[in-house]
Formats: sequence, structure tokens, C-alpha cells
Amino acid sequence: MTNGERYTLTTIQALEAESIHIIREVAAEFENPVMLYSVGKDSSVMAHLAIKAFYPEKVPFPFLHVDTGYKFPEMYQFRDEFVKRNNLRLVVYRNDDAFLSGVNPVEHGTIRCCAELKTKALLDALTKGGYDAAFGGSRRDEEKSRAKERIYSFRDQFGQWNPKNQRPELWELYNGRINKGESIRIFPLSNWTELDIWTYIHHENIPVVPLYFSKKRQVIRRGGQIIPVYPGMQIQDGEEITECICRFRTLGCHFCTGAVMSPAVTLPEIIEEIMAVRHSERITRVIDHDQDSSMEQKKREGYF
Amino acid sequence: MDDGKSTLIGRLLHDSKSVFEDQLEAVRNYSYTNREVDIDFSLFTDGLKSEREQGITIDVAYRYFSTPKRRFIIADTPGHEQYTRNMATGCSTSSLSLILIDSTKGVVTQTRRHTFISSLLGIKHFVVAINKMDLTGYSEEVFNTIADDFRAFSDKLPIESIQFIPISALNGDNVIIRDGKMPWYHGPSLLDYLETVNISAWRNLIDFRFPVQYVNWGGKGSGMRGYCGTIVSGIIRPGEMVVVIPSGKESRVKKIVTYEGEHAYAYAPQAVTIYLEDDIDISRGDMIVRKKNLPLLTQNVEANVVWMDSKPLERGKSYLIKHTTHTVKGVPRDIAYRFDPEDLHRKSADTLHLNEIGRVTFSLMNPIYADTYTNNHQTGCFIIIDPVSNLTAGAGMVTRRQCTGDSEVTEPLGALTYWVLNEPESAKMVFNKKKEVGIGCIYLDDKLLMAGICADLPLPEKKDAWLIRVAHICNAANASGVSVVIESVYNPNDSVCSIIGEKNLNIIG
Repeated sequence: MTNGERYTLTTIQALEAESIHIIREVAAEFENPVMLYSVGKDSSVMAHLAIKAFYPEKVPFPFLHVDTGYKFPEMYQFRDEFVKRNNLRLVVYRNDDAFLSGVNPVEHGTIRCCAELKTKALLDALTKGGYDAAFGGSRRDEEKSRAKERIYSFRDQFGQWNPKNQRPELWELYNGRINKGESIRIFPLSNWTELDIWTYIHHENIPVVPLYFSKKRQVIRRGGQIIPVYPGMQIQDGEEITECICRFRTLGCHFCTGAVMSPAVTLPEIIEEIMAVRHSERITRVIDHDQDSSMEQKKREGYF
Repeated sequence: MDDGKSTLIGRLLHDSKSVFEDQLEAVRNYSYTNREVDIDFSLFTDGLKSEREQGITIDVAYRYFSTPKRRFIIADTPGHEQYTRNMATGCSTSSLSLILIDSTKGVVTQTRRHTFISSLLGIKHFVVAINKMDLTGYSEEVFNTIADDFRAFSDKLPIESIQFIPISALNGDNVIIRDGKMPWYHGPSLLDYLETVNISAWRNLIDFRFPVQYVNWGGKGSGMRGYCGTIVSGIIRPGEMVVVIPSGKESRVKKIVTYEGEHAYAYAPQAVTIYLEDDIDISRGDMIVRKKNLPLLTQNVEANVVWMDSKPLERGKSYLIKHTTHTVKGVPRDIAYRFDPEDLHRKSADTLHLNEIGRVTFSLMNPIYADTYTNNHQTGCFIIIDPVSNLTAGAGMVTRRQCTGDSEVTEPLGALTYWVLNEPESAKMVFNKKKEVGIGCIYLDDKLLMAGICADLPLPEKKDAWLIRVAHICNAANASGVSVVIESVYNPNDSVCSIIGEKNLNIIG
């Protein structure tokens, strides 16, 4: 163009525009939406997009943290600061029936533990809040059953997903019509990849939990994973506490989140590492490997 | 039943090193124990358990991969007829269609159907990969016969480019690198082609359309109302006169705001917030447009419809039509015909069943502001929702809006000059639009002018004389009732404006 104007968006600008469109559409069409906030990097990006979508006004819906009680201490600290700094409305929900009775992955297994503290907690929290739409930060590149997830994912009154009966989704026209009790899960980051997320965090200077950056940490080896040592954790026979320079590619519960050996201490180093890495990020999530098609199964039951 | 699509995509992901080690390991293990082969490439894409059990793709799966040259999103859509609706879904956001043909079977109904659906949804660029060449002796003759068969029907479709590539997804021949087994083939490998093909993403930068999505206001005592939305087409700047439809109220753009601050201009597909000078009543579903460039307000639309519900389309039944940010009730009045996928001929029809495609006219309870799909995808498309089941029952692409009973909002009659600055694509779009609605129009560009009409005026030395001559041509054409679209790298100067007349001159870009 002769006047020096440019009319092309970069990849992350285009992704951002698409996500903001989705977030606004939901705010406009649903009565009581909520944004799931898990404290991880994808949640940080999603919350940032929500803030941008409604700037200069406040985000018109609350954020919901489904807490298992077993998140890393750094995550709780980060969460509280993040919410305060950005003036967000946060609701925290924990399945205390299960948590206080001592459900944990070591004694009860990951399947039972996830079912109680994540899936049931989530469904209960959504019912309790009466939310008709819930944003999640899942991406299609994360796991094979998520590759088929819609941006608007219909859930029946039990929060269940039926992969064979999803609504066709064309152009940017989303069908959010539901009956009472039903809900829609919304995935505004569907088309982002892990690399896009980090590139965006770097570009927009979005704060993330320090656990994503490498430092010397105490760990044990368990089931092929490098599991960090935290107070209250039971060390089993034959397990040995060692120290290594490592970081986390995804953040979940400290029992079930493996670290990766990495020297990356800055965002550019993380981005460089991701460009070269040959393992998908969910390899460090123990719960994805606990049964065949485990993510598909969890999603059918109501998990994000 | 497998034409090897999942295998091909798995091969693309695997050979372009987009598959992670742990995923590869899982696939290797599964292949070894369940399929008795070293590696079944289709497992990279068949995500759902029922799909792995049945060995077919049920739903659209989105895959992401990057090469140093390009970032790709693959919408992996099912080949089986009962999942045609998912095919349309995948096409609606794609810019290129990769059609796979099994060389042992040749062009089949599915091939025609999928090519037709892709084209119907506006895809202009095609790659036809003729697969399983290893099973047909890598034969050039087989390849040529299939390509000819394909062209025999694709010639009838508005397709801009087709590349035929002989491959074997199973063995990897011509997928990533060109292979010696088919020395008679001189074209690029599949990935080479995908990395370099020019697929100007569909975008209209001429007609400014801003469907209001959300009104952003902090309540009493806070600042002005901001109108949030995605610019679906065109470009806008602060200070421009706009009209809000349907109210017809006019105002001026005060500022364009994002988190980054105020902007001097904004364009499709940016998501922005627009503030107007005047406080007028605007809500979700309204559209902000330029005064001189209005969409058509219509209560009757004719559209190509892909039916997606197991319950057939019912004439006279009330459906919900979601168009841009606006949902209205609409009744299918008339089904002109349905397309027969076998020969693409038009057949008479009383209804449309699941996966059928036809031409349907809807009467709407409230008017919408539509463009034809060819001119503007975003304002020319809609979804049809069943108000009882809430399912997305169909998808429509507007073909015609001037049905009887419409109050028309049209551009001023009379011939105009459209001076498009250095944007051949935009200029052609303007020209095609004029032709389509039956307005007499001449197309000029610098090359054409230099070749004859202005051959004696070397540029840039004689630019002023050149511009004056061009302006006189435009003026003469306009005076005879013929519009002119001129695409040039040069800005029209004051003399051009005075010769053509400011009222008749539209500068674009």
C-alpha cells in the first residue's frame, strides 16, 4: 500500500483476534458464563485474552479455580497475586468431602483421585454456580481426543461429552442454544499450539508461575517420571531423593506432575527448547497414561 | 473402504517430524500388538476409541504442523458419506482442499461430492493426490486417466488451481520428497507444493462490515459505550462517517480501541472496540457500515444449503437463522432443487435429507443485512438451528437477496470510477461485483494503459499527463453510464479529482 498501512496479521495476532471473538460471543450470548482458571500457562493466556477483550472495562464474568488441594504452593501464591493485580473475580472450589477424607493418588490411585478431586469437583462447582457456559484453556494439539473437540462443546445435564453427537461448527458462527441444566464448554485456545502459547507469553509479557523456569529442585524418580518432592509427600521404599536442574512444561498436582530436565531459565530459552523438543507436553502428566483412551474417557465423564 | 487419508496425514506429520517421540512410541506399540505392522500411520490421526476400533475417521480432527516455510492447520474430515456434514464443517474455515483418490478405484462419487462441497464453501485451490500408486505399478497412464476424469467434472466448478500429484502414502513416495519410482512425474512433492502454493486467504478489504457483538459499558457514571466486534471485512479509520443498521442513524467514528491503545486504522479480521461521536442506541446484532457502501437489507434469502440433521428440512417450519451476530426466525419457503452428487446435476426436491445439498429460499421474520457468499463469506453465511432440539441443522451460503418484498438499500445509481491503489486482488473483486449485479464496467490497470492507451507517456516522467488522460477516459465512460475500475500504483491527483468529479470518484486503499 502506498500510504504505509499494512493489513496483515501475524499468526499470534490472528489467533488472538479469533480467541477474543469467541470470548465476547460467549459473554454476549450466555446468561452466566465462567472462566476456568487452573493457574497454568494456558490459563494465564486465556485470562489475558479476556482482559483484552473487554478493555477498558472489567471482565464481565468470574473465574473459577477447581482446587484439588494438591497444587504446588507456588501456584496458590501466583493465583492470588494474579487475581489481585488484574482485578478479577475469583471463585475457588474444592471437593472437601473427598479431600478432607484423605483421597490422594498414592493410596487411591490416580483414576479415583482425579474422578473425585477434579471431575466431580468441577461438575459440582459448575452446578453450584449455575453456570451455563464454562471456558477452558484446552488446545487441540494437546491430546488426540482433544483434536476433535469443538470450540463450543455441548455437555448434557450431567456434564457429559458425546463425541459422536457434536454440533457441526462452521465459519465463526457458534451455536450456543441449550436447554435448562445443559451447558457448553468453550475452548477459545483450540487453535493455539504450545509454541504459540509461549510465543504469545513472551510477546505480551504475561506473568507465569515460576515453576515453568528451570532451577535446582529436589526430586524422586517414579514410574519413569521426575516427580518433585514436597512437604507431606510419602517417599516409597526404594525411592531416593536427588537434586536436578529441571522445570515443568505443564502444571497439575504435585504428585502427578513430572518435571523435565532442562536448562531453560528464560522465555526465549523455553521457546527454543519447544521448537527442538521431541516429546509432547502431556508426557509429564501421569493421569493421561493411566488407562487406554484415558483422556477420552475422562472427557466423556465431564472432565475438561 | 479406506482411501488412505489418515495414513497420508499421519505420514505428513511423521515425515515432517511433527510427531513427538512419546506419541510415536504409543502408536508403534499399538500398531505392533493390534495391527501386526511396525507402524500404522493412520493411528496418528484417528483419535477416538471407536475410530481406532473401526479403522475409520468419524469426526473432523484438527492437526497442527509447521515447517520452516509455513504453519498448517489440517482439518481431517471423514470420507464416508454419512459424515459429509463434517466435510462441510472442515471446508468452511479452510483455504485449500486436498482430495485423495485411490488409484485402484479412480474417481468415485465421494471424489465428486467432496470437490463439489469444497467449491461450494468457497475453496478455490485444490490438490488432487492420487494415492496407492504402488498398487498400480506407479503407472503414468493410470495417473493421467484419473486426472482427466477429475477435470471432466471439475471444469464446471469455479476453481482457480488444481495440482495433481501421484503418491503412495504408505511408502512415502512423493509425500515429502520426490521419489525415483515415478520418473515420469516432474512436479513438486506434496509437502513442497503445500509449502509454496499461493493461497491468498479469502478476505474482503473493500466493504466495511462490523457486526456489533457486545456493548461494552461500565454502567452509569463510567465512560462512553464501546461497541465490541470483529471487523468481518473492509478497513475503517477514525473520523469516517458510518451508518448503523437497521436504525439508519448516522455518526462518525470517534476512536478505535484495543488493549494496545487507539488505532489510526483497523481492518478485517481484527477484533476491536469502536466508539462513535454520537450517543445512539446500538445493540448486539446491529451492524456498523460505511454510508456509501451498504449491504442489502433483506427479508428473503436464497441460499445453497447443506443439511446436517437426521430430521429432514421441513418447508413451512420455523427455524432459527444465525447470521453474523444476529439470530432471527426463518421459514424455508421453497426448495428450487437439490444437487445430485453423482453428476452435479440439479434434481427437483421436496425436502433435503441429512448430507443433501440444495437451493432453498427462506422467509425471515426480521430482515438481515446480507451480502452474497461469493462477495463476502462472513456476511453471506448463516447456520440453521432447530428450535426444538437446538441442533445445528444446516448451513447456508447466500446466493441471492433480491427476492420480492424487500426494502432495498442500494448504492447510488449511476456510473462511478473506482480507483484502487496497488491492490490487484481488491480491484478485481470490485470489478466482479459490479459485473455480477449487472452494472456495465471497464477494467483498467497500469500494464494495460502502458501497453496502448498511454504508451506515448513514459512513467514516471510523464505521470501528470498520464493521470489526466486516464481521468478523461474515466469521465467519458461514466458520462455514458459505464463504471470504471482502475488499479494503479499512482494516487489520483487534484486534476484527476476535478476531471472525474469528487462525487463520482471512489478511492480505495
